[in-house]
Amino acid sequence: MSGQWRKLGVQAGASVAAVAAAFAIGAVLMLLIGVNPGLVYARLFEGVVLNPYGVAQIFFKSTPLIFTGLAVALGFQAGLFNIGAEGQMLVGAFCAALAGFGLSMPAFLHVPVCLAAAFLGGMIWAAIPGALKIKTGAHEVITTIMMNFIAMALTSYFVVSRFHEPETVHTAAVAVTARLPRLEAFSSFFHGSPANATFFVALLACGVVSWLLWKMPLGYELRALGLSPAAAETAGIPVDRRALLAFAISGGLAGLAGTSFVLGYKHYFEDGFSAGAGFLGIAVALLGQNSPLGVVIAAFLFGGLSHGSLVINALVPKEIIEVLQALVIILVVVANQVSKRWAR
Amino acid sequence: MSFRTGALLGLAFFLAGCGGGGSSSSGKHRVGLVFDLGGRGDKSFNDSAYEGVARAAKELGIEFDYIEPGDGADREAALRQLASSKDELIFGVGFLFTDDIALVAKDFPNKKFGCIDFAVNPNSKMPDNLVALKFREHEGSFLVGAIAGLVSKTNAVGFVGGMDIPLIHKFEAGFAAGAKAVNPKVKVLTGYAGVTGEAFKNPAKGKAISYSQIGQGADVIFHASGTTGLGVFEAAREKKIFAIGVDADQFSEAPGFILTSMLKRGDVAVYKTIEALLTGRFKSGVQEFGLAEGGVGYVYDANNKSLIPEAVVKRVEELKAKIVKGEIKVPAS
Repeated sequence: MSGQWRKLGVQAGASVAAVAAAFAIGAVLMLLIGVNPGLVYARLFEGVVLNPYGVAQIFFKSTPLIFTGLAVALGFQAGLFNIGAEGQMLVGAFCAALAGFGLSMPAFLHVPVCLAAAFLGGMIWAAIPGALKIKTGAHEVITTIMMNFIAMALTSYFVVSRFHEPETVHTAAVAVTARLPRLEAFSSFFHGSPANATFFVALLACGVVSWLLWKMPLGYELRALGLSPAAAETAGIPVDRRALLAFAISGGLAGLAGTSFVLGYKHYFEDGFSAGAGFLGIAVALLGQNSPLGVVIAAFLFGGLSHGSLVINALVPKEIIEVLQALVIILVVVANQVSKRWAR
Repeated sequence: MSFRTGALLGLAFFLAGCGGGGSSSSGKHRVGLVFDLGGRGDKSFNDSAYEGVARAAKELGIEFDYIEPGDGADREAALRQLASSKDELIFGVGFLFTDDIALVAKDFPNKKFGCIDFAVNPNSKMPDNLVALKFREHEGSFLVGAIAGLVSKTNAVGFVGGMDIPLIHKFEAGFAAGAKAVNPKVKVLTGYAGVTGEAFKNPAKGKAISYSQIGQGADVIFHASGTTGLGVFEAAREKKIFAIGVDADQFSEAPGFILTSMLKRGDVAVYKTIEALLTGRFKSGVQEFGLAEGGVGYVYDANNKSLIPEAVVKRVEELKAKIVKGEIKVPAS
């Protein structure tokens, strides 16, 4: 037991050190372009961590990342590379918006129906590459990437040409009954922030995925599939069906990512509303070591960095934050490998 | 291990080193700018707005900062970010800011806000600290219409609109009035690419409409259609006729075939708004920028000097003076 704690401690320490090292390299880069990194990091710290609005923004920014990170993590646990979270998120968000403004029913039904529509949309979008993989062997990395492009093009076309409000690039607003409340309704700490109750749905999803993966026989089978498909097959696990199921759940989770914007913030689907949250989900899963708790922590870090790029944008080009994010990912991967050796 | 300790120490040092620092407190006026998704370097609207604040910094001695939002969900956060800083006036570049800036302006009643191309909704009242910066596009279109009417040898000119909406009708009305003012015989052919937003990004449709207009004799075509206009330029190049660009100088899209461009000067709107703030003349509501304010215009420089005869420019400048004086009223629809 103590060995396990030691391992966890070493890993956590390594991750923190890796993040610190990334910031140090970022500081060198800033010096090279003639900016005082002290000033930048102070502004970053002050604007993101010390300021209530900044903290609230971390909640808002991390919400979609928890969903997409969880989606990718669940895929990894089952040995699948779901690189299609971006497309699944878009399709899910669009379905949620359609259900939101197209249907009318009482709130206690409407919100769950919209969430279900988002889950279903993402699920169907992921099931296509899933089916292609088990039927033809087409590699999911390629098919899910391509499905991203199709989703971007289709949702963009539909929102710009079919379902848009005049002189805008967004759909009609979802009915009041389909909206999730903002966190500012519960605490003045969140005043002005778009952070909303979808955050709790994301935490709930983490709980459900944990329970599924580590307490249910089905989760055991999925993880067995991830460790060794051949061994899983020998053990009598229906490998193809389980892989398809993993795809479906993973896609459904990614489908929920856009509901924070559609049901909780702007209440409509807008072209380009959350560019990149799906792709960033891959990094979140990686950094979070494919565990739901790790995903939440990693989503907070990336959510904070994402808001941070706005905070320091006036001082340095926002590309610096993108470099910082990439450095964090690279160094965490390296630190994890190194710390695994130490922990033995 | 020592490297990690070093990195951490280094970070701590940096953080400590600038404790009090933050932003400068020189007592200068501060202005903030939030760009549209294209960000800086779009050679159009964002760059134009940036030029406006940069010029104000140089000539009026203000300080400014700006944010380039990464995605749509960042617009409101960026506005709030600047509003909660020392900035006194915050601009949003583009109509996409309409909802966000109205909301944020209400939350920061002590700050001023300006929004380029703000989509005014007659059913909802604008906040008192928000100015909608609009342009009299029909006046600039009138001048390029006059150039087209004078340069045309076939007495037929064309207009290609993007989406068939009142905003684009302004361009058409001004253009047609300008062409007819200088050349009563001229025939103005018009076509729209569609009735949806897609009509602003359909070069194939733009080319098809241009071909049809050229077939009916048009030898100068003005477009107000976003990237649909690239098809208009393509047709102009293939059929060796002239096209007229819109918003920014589009000469480089088809050098030699772009007669001129109708300019929408976001920089002027931004600069004038800052100037108004400094002199205590800031006014909320809708502010229009036309020829008199230098908010619209046309391109006449080294690139296209050889394409437009001097007599034409002289005539157009006379018309411009009359519009500025109010002697000519340009129709907006």
